[in-house]
Amino acid sequence: MSMTQKPMSVASMEKKANEIRVDIIKMLEHAGSGHSAGPLGLADVFTALYFKILKHNPANPDWDQRDILLLSNGHCVPVRYATMAHAGYFPKKELMTLRQLGSRLQGHPERLRLPGMETTSGPLGSGLSQAAGMALALRMDKAQHRWVYVVMGDGELDEGNVWEAAMLAGKYKLNNIIGIVDRNNIQIEGPTEKVMPLENLRDKWESFGWHVLEIDGNDIEAVIDATSMAKAIVEKPVVIIAHTVPGKGVDFMEYDFHWHGSPPNHEQAVKALKELRTLGGKIRSEHE
Amino acid sequence: MSDMHLVRGQLEKESIRKGFGRGLLEAGNRWDNVVAACADLTESTQMHLFAEAFPERFVQVGVAEQNLVTVGAGLAAMNKIPFVSSYAAFSPGRNWEQIRTTICLNDRPVKVVGSHAGVSVGPDGATHQMLEDLALMRALPNMVVIAPCDSREAMRATLAMATDKRPNYMRLSRSDTPVITTELTPFEIGKAYIYRPGRDVSIITTGTMTYQALAAAVTLAHDGIHAEVVHVPTIKPLDSVTILESVGRTRHVITAEEAQINGGLGGAVAELLGEHLPTPMLRIGMKDRFGESGKPEELLKHFGLTHTHIALAAHHILMDHTNHKH
Repeated sequence: MSMTQKPMSVASMEKKANEIRVDIIKMLEHAGSGHSAGPLGLADVFTALYFKILKHNPANPDWDQRDILLLSNGHCVPVRYATMAHAGYFPKKELMTLRQLGSRLQGHPERLRLPGMETTSGPLGSGLSQAAGMALALRMDKAQHRWVYVVMGDGELDEGNVWEAAMLAGKYKLNNIIGIVDRNNIQIEGPTEKVMPLENLRDKWESFGWHVLEIDGNDIEAVIDATSMAKAIVEKPVVIIAHTVPGKGVDFMEYDFHWHGSPPNHEQAVKALKELRTLGGKIRSEHE
Repeated sequence: MSDMHLVRGQLEKESIRKGFGRGLLEAGNRWDNVVAACADLTESTQMHLFAEAFPERFVQVGVAEQNLVTVGAGLAAMNKIPFVSSYAAFSPGRNWEQIRTTICLNDRPVKVVGSHAGVSVGPDGATHQMLEDLALMRALPNMVVIAPCDSREAMRATLAMATDKRPNYMRLSRSDTPVITTELTPFEIGKAYIYRPGRDVSIITTGTMTYQALAAAVTLAHDGIHAEVVHVPTIKPLDSVTILESVGRTRHVITAEEAQINGGLGGAVAELLGEHLPTPMLRIGMKDRFGESGKPEELLKHFGLTHTHIALAAHHILMDHTNHKH
């Protein structure tokens, strides 16, 4: 967690994840383009990372003892922007500049524009290999107390570069990498198993020398527990296959691959926000 | 060096990549943050000297060039200066997008070193004779593109790259090449140098062709033509001051490179002169075609990449321009 934050309860983090979803919908509607399903599905993972798991400092994004978080599937960056704003990296009102000329919040993330954005990404498949390079450098420097987290999409695993990196991390037993695969089973043109089957995904990673953990990626506590477990596994790199619901929290977006690369229009946004704000009455009864 | 030595080929010869190997080893000795990665061609690229001296700072990625450069981007993110090497046909041939996104757009000081460039690779044939690397790398914002002319300059370039904060690409070649520079020859990234002064025509060259240009200048001198040889070890950023100054005097230009004539040094010089000093010009290089198997000297002759061809081009351009004037 951030060096300036107070510890947060899981219930508070769940509420935070919902606020982040609200901001994602607002940003995407305002921008008029962008990806909806992935960012909504990853809100719980990012909340857990920024409000509990990562060692980081929003006031000093380049802090030399920070953990590294790479977003390999750069198209999901709205969730990272929203979470970073909530964590205090920049004012929340800046979220509405997403994808506009001159904005620090580019359609796909750019390191040089936004402090705290560790890498430029968008073209898929090169996050894990950069994580491997970082992990090797940390090992050369004997910096055992720093971790490299890398979030990847499942459709992204079609890229050969991912498996080149997986092989390398297995070879060098880079136990300071924690991979998180957003297993939401969709990609731009359809279900992953129809476009290009990934299963048996666990076996694939294991055969490349990785330890695999599988969790419900929309369960914040499970995300936190899995990263703790991953740090305890010293002999191999660890990948967490986080099963998430694409479009999570917005009924008409959930599980529908058509929302991979589309933003909501005004009417859809109003409907989505109403649903997120009430969660069918659940949020109010649980948290208020 | 004497003209006689140049034309008779009596200079000491060594593969340009050997200078890189020695330079990298020396860079490793001088700076702790210099690291290296290779894609299963450690000895061919001469990285073995570094790998043997600093095994803990060397990464063997296997035959995986996309991984090679992106691992390099990760190493650079943690304040290392990574040199990553393979054959130029594979890196930057295969991994251009990774270089674009994770090195150039990301602005990481990764040093991409492509060995075995040009047709002088020889018998391996067209697949391995990289001719498009200069064009590919030159098109990328933030990238510095370097092609040393001999092993000694390659060593100096390597040391300069190790302290340069930008992404760099350096092309190397396989065959033995005459060593034309001395310990006193200047080298600085971004600078072009007049290796031989002359008033009639500027021969603007890079890499292996600089020797050929010097030899051409010697034979041209016998015919009363005084060629100026401008060696351009840094193709990007181009030393426009030195080039414009030379061309302003000679008003005739030949460019020579062991690469495609489109998009490499010839392209860069044509762009510069087209905007600032339109000048009659001929480009020596691979003429929009691929190479093939053969002995290096045979291939250079076959594809028109020798001092004879440069001298002939100089005669042509002077004749054409003179006729036009009268």
